Amino acid sequence: MSAIQANGLYKIFGRRATRGVAMLEAGASRDDLRKDGLTAAVIDASFEVDPGEIFVVMGLSGSGKSTLIRMVNGLWESTAGELEIYGEKLTKSSDATLRRIRREKVSMVFQHFALLPHRTVGENAAYGLEIKGLNRTEREARANEALAMVGLEGWGGMLPGELSGGMRQRVGLARALAAGTDILLMDEAFSALDPLIKRDMQDQLVDLQRRLEKTILFITHDLNEAMRLGDRIAMMRDGRIEQIGTAEEILNNPANDYVAQFTQDVDRTRVLTAAQIAEQPASVLGAEQGPRAAHRLLRESHNSWLVVLHHDRTPAGVLWEDDVAQAVRDGSNALPWSDTHEMPVVAHDTPIADLFTQAAQHLSPLIVVDDAGRFQGVIPRVTLLTAVGRPRADAPAPAPAGAGG
Amino acid sequence: MNPTIPHIPIGDVVDAGIGWLRANAGAFFDGLSALLAILTDALTDLLLAVPEPVAIVLFALLGWLLRSWKMALATLVTFLLIWSMNQWTTSMQTLALVLIATVIAVVLAIPLGIWAARNDAVSAALKPILDFMQTMPAFVYLIPAILFFGIGAAPGLIATLIFALPPGVRMTELGIRGVDHETVEAGHAFGASDGQILRGIQLPLAVPTIMAGVNQVIMLALSMAVIAGMVGADGLGKEVVSAISTLNTAKGVEAGLSVVFLAIYLDRLTGSLARPGDQRTSLLAWLRSRRQAAARAS
Repeated sequence: MSAIQANGLYKIFGRRATRGVAMLEAGASRDDLRKDGLTAAVIDASFEVDPGEIFVVMGLSGSGKSTLIRMVNGLWESTAGELEIYGEKLTKSSDATLRRIRREKVSMVFQHFALLPHRTVGENAAYGLEIKGLNRTEREARANEALAMVGLEGWGGMLPGELSGGMRQRVGLARALAAGTDILLMDEAFSALDPLIKRDMQDQLVDLQRRLEKTILFITHDLNEAMRLGDRIAMMRDGRIEQIGTAEEILNNPANDYVAQFTQDVDRTRVLTAAQIAEQPASVLGAEQGPRAAHRLLRESHNSWLVVLHHDRTPAGVLWEDDVAQAVRDGSNALPWSDTHEMPVVAHDTPIADLFTQAAQHLSPLIVVDDAGRFQGVIPRVTLLTAVGRPRADAPAPAPAGAGG
Repeated sequence: MNPTIPHIPIGDVVDAGIGWLRANAGAFFDGLSALLAILTDALTDLLLAVPEPVAIVLFALLGWLLRSWKMALATLVTFLLIWSMNQWTTSMQTLALVLIATVIAVVLAIPLGIWAARNDAVSAALKPILDFMQTMPAFVYLIPAILFFGIGAAPGLIATLIFALPPGVRMTELGIRGVDHETVEAGHAFGASDGQILRGIQLPLAVPTIMAGVNQVIMLALSMAVIAGMVGADGLGKEVVSAISTLNTAKGVEAGLSVVFLAIYLDRLTGSLARPGDQRTSLLAWLRSRRQAAARAS
């Protein structure tokens, strides 16, 4: 079952807003509605968020993303369409039902933190639990636990006004975590923070999400942030969702010119990972084999190096042409490991921006391994440079001058 | 020939209405009058039961508690001056009137303000009424007040109440409407009910504005309490009125100065209630910091 499922959601502001839905369905534009005094904030939005997923809604201001996120917990009532939280219908439900869903299933983190300045950090973190009606001891215990999770252990007695922006947002996050809901809505949660702190918080969020397996709906206007965080991204413009896909899909197969334009400025080196650009070498050598087999494979592959793997496909090392040739001449039976070259191993999910230093230090290709340490592929220096240099990963080899853009 | 317009006798209509009310609800107004008189007398007696030096020290300590030792010192000097000008009794009578009018005004104003903040229609309906109450010349209230309540503290109190109520309502509404939208939204997002949001978020965050309103209520009540002297309410107002009628400059200045001292005292005191955090040298701040230090140490 999806954590969040939205089908044809509309939100139109103005008098007798439902007529706007009919107008839009009949093909009227947003501007046509504006002439009638209606503002279409969200138009026909459908999406699903799976449990444990980080789903990012990305759009510029006025694209309707903030309205959309507020429809997910019923702060705005949708004009048309349906929305379900774990199979429970949220649209057209009573205030009491809405309050129960918010207490038990969906909590929210706000752009400007929205902390209560007259309460301590601990009391703020416990706010959701207080609303749920938990007693003080239990509230404090769970609030402290949540504060520890976001790295604010021992700050519970301070007032929010005594904290920096980044720390305040940690309190906001702790408040949402303490509430114990599965779904977290994050409305531009990091947009008001300094770039450095923002990076920090993004890393922490990903880390927390992996540990706690929360379902996160994250709103942002920063595409780099969307790509860093999102398992999947929904691109929004003028109230409509233009495309939903993984960061890679959106970068490599933009649904339309708008999305393509948007992704132009993305720092590809931060989005693409080692596994995505790794290639399979022409051949690999089993660690139990000898120099002669190595010599043959090297000749066939026209490479100066050869990857050697153990039985369990963990990398054993890289052999170099000169060493192999020497071993064959000497009639040695042991594999001739190089004295000068080391084997650089990188994890599959390393952003390629982090590969350059290693690539510069070693002549040998980078060996990409998965979480279990098994060989996934190699990244020779040329491949690394090409991946960054190409405007489109799937573009054909050099286009003739003047064509394309 | 000059154009003429028929005279619509609004004044007569109101007069007739008041006459009807007096005839039919006289007992109610008499009862109310008696109640207000008893309240005022009781508080006056209480204030006067304390010997002057003790009372002055207590007033000064209250100033220190809420604001600063400087305020305590100023209170000591000005209140001693009031005593030495022979205006102590009249000042306490005025203070009693102001305090009772303020308490009643606040009790009425805050719920009205909350209601107006949550309901645009109520807000729109209240606005002209509040304008009317505030701008109608204060003396005009005194006429029906005397008719309903006779001479004494009660009509003065009622006139004071009407005049002082509006800023309490307005500032309460303003304060609640001015609470950060996102913070209120956070309350909703965590499933708080409207009542929980009002008690836990809106009212606490509106306190500075509401207290500024209370401060205005007190100031207006004090200015009106002087006018109340014209309808026989005991206090500084009566002194001023009698000074005018006998052209007694000395008495007028002394009573007037006492009003000023009382006004400044009440203004500073309630002003510091609006922003307790700003009063670093107050006794309260000192106690709070002690408690925090103790909490941190534990």
